[in-house]
Order: sequence, then C-alpha cells, then structure tokens
Amino acid sequence: MTNNPIIKISDISKTYQVGDQPLHALRDIKLDINQGEYISLMGPSGSGKSTLLNMIGLLDRPDSGQYQLLGNNTELLAEELRAKLRREHIGFVFQSFHLIPRLTALENVEVPLMLSGTAPKVRRKKASALLTELGLGEHLAQLPRQLSGGQLQRVGIARALITEPAIILADEPTGNLDQQSGHEVTQILERYNHNGITLIVVTHDQTLGKRATRQLSMLDGQLVSDFNRVNSSTIPTSELA
Amino acid sequence: MTLADHWLFSYQALARHRLRSFMLLLAISIGVSSVLLLTSIGEGARLFIEKEFSSLGTKMLVVLPGKKETTGSAPPIYGTTPRDLTIADSEALKQISSISYVAPIIAGTATVSNQSLARDIIILGTTNDMFAVRNLEIQQGKMLPKNSHSRATPVCILGAKLAQELFPASSAVGQWLRIGEYRYRVIGLLAQRGESLGLDLRDMAIIPVQSAQVLFNSPALYRILLQLKQAEFETQAIKKITHIIAQRHEGEADITVVNQDAVLNAFNKIIFAVTASIGGIAAISLFVAGILIMNVSYISVSQRRAEIGLLKSLGASASEVHNIFLMGSLVLTLFGVLIGIVLSYSLVFLVQINFSDIPVAIPWWSTLAASITALAVGLVFSWLPAKKAAAVDPILALRGDQ
Repeated sequence: MTNNPIIKISDISKTYQVGDQPLHALRDIKLDINQGEYISLMGPSGSGKSTLLNMIGLLDRPDSGQYQLLGNNTELLAEELRAKLRREHIGFVFQSFHLIPRLTALENVEVPLMLSGTAPKVRRKKASALLTELGLGEHLAQLPRQLSGGQLQRVGIARALITEPAIILADEPTGNLDQQSGHEVTQILERYNHNGITLIVVTHDQTLGKRATRQLSMLDGQLVSDFNRVNSSTIPTSELA
Repeated sequence: MTLADHWLFSYQALARHRLRSFMLLLAISIGVSSVLLLTSIGEGARLFIEKEFSSLGTKMLVVLPGKKETTGSAPPIYGTTPRDLTIADSEALKQISSISYVAPIIAGTATVSNQSLARDIIILGTTNDMFAVRNLEIQQGKMLPKNSHSRATPVCILGAKLAQELFPASSAVGQWLRIGEYRYRVIGLLAQRGESLGLDLRDMAIIPVQSAQVLFNSPALYRILLQLKQAEFETQAIKKITHIIAQRHEGEADITVVNQDAVLNAFNKIIFAVTASIGGIAAISLFVAGILIMNVSYISVSQRRAEIGLLKSLGASASEVHNIFLMGSLVLTLFGVLIGIVLSYSLVFLVQINFSDIPVAIPWWSTLAASITALAVGLVFSWLPAKKAAAVDPILALRGDQ
C-alpha cells in the first residue's frame, strides 16, 4: 500500500432538485481511499451512498469540491476523458446485473474491451479465461436468460474485472441473490481485493458490510462514521455465513 | 470501438428485434426498389431509342428546311423558312462525292382505301435511297421505280400491317388501292421491322417522292436523309451541303443539318430528365422509410435505456453511444438497400427474359443515387434519436427510471 490515496475526495457536495425542495445528496464529503482497501458503504435509503458511489465512478459530477482519481483532477475533465478514466480504472458491479440480454455470457464480458478497441481474438481469449476462472467455463455461449442469479452476477463481476481496473464499485452486489450465491459472489470479490484491487461495496446487508476492513456509514448526505478494523487483512472464517 | 465491432454490435441488436428490423428493411427496400424500377422504365426507353439510332449506323445526316439562328439548343424538328427544300435541291446534293445516298422525303397523312376498307395513315414520298439509309427491306414484290424523283408513278409499297388490313383475303401485291384522290398499284410489301424512330413502319405506305408532291400538292420536302460513305466525311460534307443549298437559295443556307449524335443527344437529354424526375418522385418513399426509421429509433432508444446506461458506466462516452445508434441505423439501411437492389435487379432480369419486347434496364446512376439517398435518409433520421440516446443519464437509466 502506498501513502498516496488513489481516491482523494475533498469537500464534495451535490444537491438535487426534487420538486421545489433541494435535496442535499452529499454534504462536504471528505474521503481518502488507498490502493487495495476493502470498503463497505452503509446507510439507510436516501443517505447518499449511491450518489457517492456514482461520484467515485465518474458517472456524476459534484456541485463543489474536488475529486482526484489516480492523481487526475476530475471535476473539470471533458466527458470523453471521464469516460476514458472510467473505462480504464473502474469496474461496476450492479445489483440487477445489467447484462445485455441479446449477448452471450462471453460477449457481455467482452463489451468493455470492445469499447476500448481491443482486437476480437485477444478479448475473447481474455474473457473466456476470466469466466473459466470464475467457474463459468461451461456457460460461455449461454444467454443471460439461461443463467441463474449467481451465475449472472459472476458474469457481471467478470465484466467489471476484464479491464483490470484499480477499483471495483459494487452497488448491492448480493441484493438480488440467495444466500448461497451471495456468499459465492462475496468470496470472489474479496479474492480479487486480496490480490490488490480496491473494493467499494454499497450495501444494506450488515453481515456483508461488516466483512469490510473499513466500514463507512452515511446519513443525510454526510459520512457519520469511518471504522477501520486494524490489522484485519485476513478474514476470520467464523464470520463466513 | 472499432468499425467491425460497431457492425457486430449493431447486427446483434437488429437480429434480436427480428420483426421490427424486418419491417424497417421492408420499408427501405421498397423505397429503393421503387426508385430503381421506375427509373428502369425510363432507361429502357432511352436504350430502345439508342438502339434504333444505332441500327441506322453513324453515317446518317438529316437536312431540315429552315434554320435556327441561335446555337446550343436542341435541333429543331420543324424549322420555318420562306424557301422550301425541293426535290431539285436533294438531287443537287447527289454531286457531293462523300455522300452515297440521298433520300428526299415528303410526308403527310392521307386516307388509303380498298373498296369499303379505309384507313388514315402516314404516307411517305421518297426514293429508293430511303431503303438504303433506313435499312428497310422488301418482303415481297419490288422497290420503288428508279425514276421516283422525276416521275409521279402511281405505285406504292405497303407496311405489313396496313397490307393485312386492306387486303385481308389475298396478297396485296399487284392490287390497286386509292390514296387520297388517286389510284395506286401495290408493287411491294415492307419486311416486318416494327417501329423505327417513332414511326410505325408496319402501318404506312411509301410512294415515289414525285407522286407525293402531286398527292399533297406541295413541292416542299419534309426533310432529306443522307448517308455518308464514311463517318469521317461528316464535317466536310456538311460544309458542302450548306454551300450547295446556299447557291440554290439565293445565297442563304436556310437549312439545318443534323447528325445522328445531335438527335440522339436531344432524345437522351429529354428522357434523362423524365427518368430522373420519376426517380425523384419515387424517392419520396425513401423519405417515408426515413420517418419510419426515426420513429422506431426513438422507441429503440427508450427500450435500450438500461443498456445505454450500462455502456456509459463501462466507459462509453456520449459520442460513442451516439455513434452506436447511428451505426445501428446505417447497418439496417445498408441491408435494406442491398435487399432493394437485389429485388429490383432480379425483377428487371425476369422481365427482360420473359417479355423481351418491354425495354427495361436499371441505370447505374439511379442505383447509386437511390443507395446514397437511402443511406443519407437513414443517417439524418436517426440523428435525433441517437442524440437522445447519447444524452441518457446513466445513473437514472441503470436505476430503471425513465
């Protein structure tokens, strides 16, 4: 771990207009995240955790404040460059998977590489290797509707990992899964975190949230607690569900 | 994103919405086909005329009475002049050594009758040179008398159809019939050849030019057809013709000499204009297809919002999303164009095989124009939907909100 945070958020605020009432989704958030951290972001609905996640993922722009991603000041970047940063360094995992229904598992995983212009042969090889690694070697040519929830999310994770990003942003990754599948998905994400990827998980699930080494809580657009489990790089097996 | 990937991605999107893609393909291909098929009729007419002219050879010149003083326009079909072009003028042109045949023509309509059977038809008064210049052949009987230019012999040669109508029961050759107020004897029948330059040769009678002068009571020639010994003599021959006529017409060369190219060009210009405007009207159907593309693209953008949001979160920029949707329409239009082209070329091919009388041919320029118009329409009409797609807010789209 370096001392230079890969995510450096200073005094970020974001206000949405809901009807004629302003909604302060984020208020003066300060947050530094280092390479390889495992972070859970918890809080009630509307506390701003998804907004913060979108902000980190460069899908949203702050009204004020600064956000440095891997040393790049992002607030003033043009849309094209923000898209490029997102493509190269950030992988999203969604609660409802968001696979493209007409594409096979393999093709879904290839999409990010297709967007970055990687040659078909190279990306096919890479995607099938990754899917095999995640235990989906026999499902490469299947369409999303032929796969179970756990399998779908593993395809989703493969898609997030395929560009070898520095950061994985997971929004309720186990929210639509049964316990067994959820557990498998969590293990996969944690394995990659263990290998050095920064993992940020937004969740309602206390059990999942407590597994993270650093647990952030939000309320009304503010960070209300930042709990860091010291020296807990290994996860106690007793906590596995 | 590479071009090949754009194609693949669009193709996959189209293949999934089979019915919708099929309807759009149908609309575009109908648009393209209607342009191609309608222009094929005009082009067929043009080719037909070109063929007619080329059957005359390139060595033909036409001398018309009267002169247009302005240049650069189409040659006049009828000129006006105080001095008629006469049989004597045409005889004088025979002295030009580079000219092999000189056929003076007097044309008019008259009633031809055999007892109770009568028809109003075109009568051509000419000499035997006419047969050489226009490649006419006698099927039965003989040609006009050699002295047709000087003697008003009451004989005639009939087109095949006319002979059939006037003498349904027996052979026409040797029979007598009445043209206007004079009696003529049928000495020959024209071989079947169909239309030539808009004249239905099957339905007309040819008589000696001198007889026609008597029949129509006018010495004025309708025109003179000339055939050169060699096409290269053209400029020189025209000069000589002009010179001779000027000498005979008190110093004024009040004639217009037209070569085959000039006539052909005039025809071509007219027919091209007609064909192009028919094609333009047919292109309206392409615009209708374009509006359909726009509607369907808008629907497609709303249906694929989640996908757009996903693509953006995976690092596609707004302009890439824009391109993805434009490319989708372009791929679709291209397929539609191809189907339309294949469809209309096969149809025209079938017509050519089965109905060889009907001249149809798709001109290359209308294929090109229809394709380009269709693609342009596809692009223009999907521009706004693509812009809408590019503007989708990924956060809302991924959350499933509209």
